[in-house]
Amino acid sequence: MTRHFQHEIEKLKVRILALAALVEKSVRNAVTALAERDTEMAQVVIGEDREIDLVEVDIEEECQKILALHQPVAHDLRFIIAVLKINAELERIGDAAVSIAEQICYWVNEGHTDVSYDFESMAKKAQAMLHNSLDALVNFNAQTAFEVIAEDDKVDEIYGDVHRFVRRGVQSAPHQSGGFIHLLAISRHIERIADHASNIAEVVIYLVEGRIIRHRAKDAMKQDTFGNGSQS
Amino acid sequence: MDAKIETKNLNLYYGDYHSLKGVNIAIPPRSITAIIGPSGCGKSTLLRCFNRMNELIPGVIIEGEILLDGENIHQQGTDLIRLRRRVGMVFQRPNPFPLSIADNITYGLRVHGTPPGQKHSDIVENSLRATLLWEEVKDKLHSPALALSPEQQQRLCISRVLAIEPEILLMDEPCSALDPIATDHIEDLMRDLSESYTIIIVTHNMQQASRVSSWSAFMLMGELIEFGPTVRIFNNPRDKRTEAYISGRYG
Repeated sequence: MTRHFQHEIEKLKVRILALAALVEKSVRNAVTALAERDTEMAQVVIGEDREIDLVEVDIEEECQKILALHQPVAHDLRFIIAVLKINAELERIGDAAVSIAEQICYWVNEGHTDVSYDFESMAKKAQAMLHNSLDALVNFNAQTAFEVIAEDDKVDEIYGDVHRFVRRGVQSAPHQSGGFIHLLAISRHIERIADHASNIAEVVIYLVEGRIIRHRAKDAMKQDTFGNGSQS
Repeated sequence: MDAKIETKNLNLYYGDYHSLKGVNIAIPPRSITAIIGPSGCGKSTLLRCFNRMNELIPGVIIEGEILLDGENIHQQGTDLIRLRRRVGMVFQRPNPFPLSIADNITYGLRVHGTPPGQKHSDIVENSLRATLLWEEVKDKLHSPALALSPEQQQRLCISRVLAIEPEILLMDEPCSALDPIATDHIEDLMRDLSESYTIIIVTHNMQQASRVSSWSAFMLMGELIEFGPTVRIFNNPRDKRTEAYISGRYG
């Protein structure tokens, strides 16, 4: 039974990583579509979300099955709980990529592209957070997870910049406010991707250390010997 | 919280075999403590130390202290009969005496004496009510106990212990001879009883330990490896050996 159970856990790990790869690709495509104002690429992002949704449901059912049949405990139990939570976060990151793609289509098709903002830095940071949070999951590395959470403030700062940029733009060129609103929406969705990555990192810390640092991540980081968090 | 019963550097030898190695454990009162561990780890031996049952085995040497409400149960002058009244035991297989249901309950009273002012019939009823057996057997109190189902027999054995008003109930695999529904009934009963009694249960069934107990102790090769709240032990054990055992990776 144990060997069978181990096999189930390994299978689940492969599946959540496969979902992570799909979601990372979706975000990458959305960011490329944004930089290149490419509505065809945006449509690809929208079309491929269906697969992400299906895999998410599959993984949840797999977790339910393992919980019901094997009643895991300790690290195994935390792993299943972590997969359930990360699964939901990944699906929502997929949704955020779709929202970005939809905003790109409106922005381009409504002819607002003369109003623009360089999202490269913000998008790169959010993508790196996502990638590193998944890296932390693969390696059961709490230190990497703490670093991801620390990065979230930087994305929030850029989001604040976009806010100010949009406010100034709407005041100085009210006739272009439609374009500015699309930019604001896009920045909001990128900021949400960073938030979800931060949530994934918090789940990884729970998985590795068995403590829930949600809502007090920054205090936990201060108390923790930053850099010695990993127990993997 | 003061311990109901605790061991201090408890060592036990069966001849040359070192069965318990420096065990220090403080069992909290009015709660269920589960002792888990692989076969031969010393968990039943530890359980039997709490009412000095091991001393019935020839060649046993016991070192260290066992304190019941702070008093050493090995000190000279300890009344063994009184100790075993305070620390009652329920065994793996239901073992009613080949007597009637009522006589099973009153048997202990003949050994330990009847509390003043109490009638046997009241004690029989109260003990059977405590294990929810009363309604099932009240019309056949003088029928043979061995005619009951295994689960009823086990509840009768628990009633028999309760009749002598113990403070601690030691249970050695009390459900291993029962089916899942009967097990469920006994576990419910244990939870009810833990409001008034200190219960220590030895079990091989990890799910039972996690379902029923508030505290868990993990033993391995005669040593107490880890003791703590069951939620923590089963969620985030501190010792890798505990983790390996409860998640089925031991051996």
